[in-house]
Amino acid sequence: MTEDTLQIAVRESVPGVTVIDIHGDITPAVEEQLMSAYRDCEHARAILLNFEALDYLNSGGIGLLVTLLVRAQRHQQQLHAYGLSDHYRQIFELTRLDDAIAIHDDEVSALSAAGGDRHG
Amino acid sequence: MGEAARKRRVEGQWASPTTSLHVHESVEGADPGAVEGRRLSGPLQGFGKLWQKTYRVHLEGVAVSPEQVVAVWKADYGSFWPATSRFCAPFSGVTPGEVALISDRRGGLQLSTGVLVLYADEVSFTFLCPQGHPFAGMITFSAHVDGGHTVAQVQAIIRAQDPLIELSMPFYTHRQEDRVWQHVLSTLAARFGAPDAQVSAEAVCVDRKRQWRRAGNVRHNAGWYALMRPFRRRTSPPDA
Repeated sequence: MTEDTLQIAVRESVPGVTVIDIHGDITPAVEEQLMSAYRDCEHARAILLNFEALDYLNSGGIGLLVTLLVRAQRHQQQLHAYGLSDHYRQIFELTRLDDAIAIHDDEVSALSAAGGDRHG
Repeated sequence: MGEAARKRRVEGQWASPTTSLHVHESVEGADPGAVEGRRLSGPLQGFGKLWQKTYRVHLEGVAVSPEQVVAVWKADYGSFWPATSRFCAPFSGVTPGEVALISDRRGGLQLSTGVLVLYADEVSFTFLCPQGHPFAGMITFSAHVDGGHTVAQVQAIIRAQDPLIELSMPFYTHRQEDRVWQHVLSTLAARFGAPDAQVSAEAVCVDRKRQWRRAGNVRHNAGWYALMRPFRRRTSPPDA
C-alpha cells in the first residue's frame, strides 16, 4: 500500500491568494492531508498549488485534485498550479485537468494570473 | 531509490501524451470506428453530476498479495466481465497507452466504445474514458491490505457524458454500473477461492452541478453512433 509521504504547508502569498506548498507524493493515502490543507484556505479568493517539490503523482492523486477543484469551484475560488515538471504537465493535459486548473511556470506568473501581486 | 528507478517510478507508469484515441488492432465484435479519433474525456468534461463510486471485496482467508491480485486482474481483465458485455483487451494487455474496445448489446443495438489505459503499476491500473463512452472520467482498479487481508477495489470518478445518459442515471445506468462492478469483483474473488465474498458499494456525489455547456456531448453518444452506422456506411466507406 502507498505510504504517506506528503508534507504540506499553507501560506498566504498576498491577501486573498493562498499557496499550498506540496512536497512529496500525491496518492489516495494523503487525501485527509490535502483536504485539511484546503480547509485552511477556504476563504481565499485564489489558491495556488505549488508542485515544485512534487515527487510522485498517481492516478488516484489525479482523482484527489479533481475533488479539490470541485470544492474550489463550489466556493467560486480560482485554482492555479505552478512548478509542474514537463512530465506532470503532460499528465494534466492528458487527463484534461488543464481545462480547469491554469498551469504556470512559477509563483510570480501564477500570482499575476490570479490577480495578486507580491508588491501590491 | 536510484535516479533511474525514480524516473521509472514517475514516468514509466503513465500513457504517453495524446489528445485522441487510435486503435491499432481489429477485434471481432467491436467497432473500432466508435473509438478512433475520439478525444479523451476526463471527470471535468462530462455533463452530469460528478460521482465517486467505490466497490470493494475483502479476500478474507485467502493468502494472496495485492500485487498478485492486480497481476491476475490485468492479465485476464476481460474474463471478469458479465457475459452481456465484451471487453476486448489489447494484445499487449493492460499497459499504459493501450486502447481497449468494449461492446455491449442493448435493445437490439450493438454499442461500441473503449477506454485508454491511463496508468498502471503493480497494485493498480486506471482507465480513462473517451467521447462516446457513457461516462466521462476515470476508473481505477486496485488492491491493498486492510485488516490483515487483501482488498480488491474499483473506484470510479465519473459523470454522465451527455444529457441522455444523465436522464437514465437514476432508474437504469447507476444500477447497471453497480451490477457490472459487483460482478467483476465477485468473479475476481471467486478466482482467488472466495466465491461467497460480499461486494460493498458506496456512492458519493462530489458535484451536484450539471455542466450544461457540455450538453453537446450527445452528438458522440454510442447509441446515436450505432443508429447512424448503416447510413454512415452507405455515404462514407471505411477506406474513403
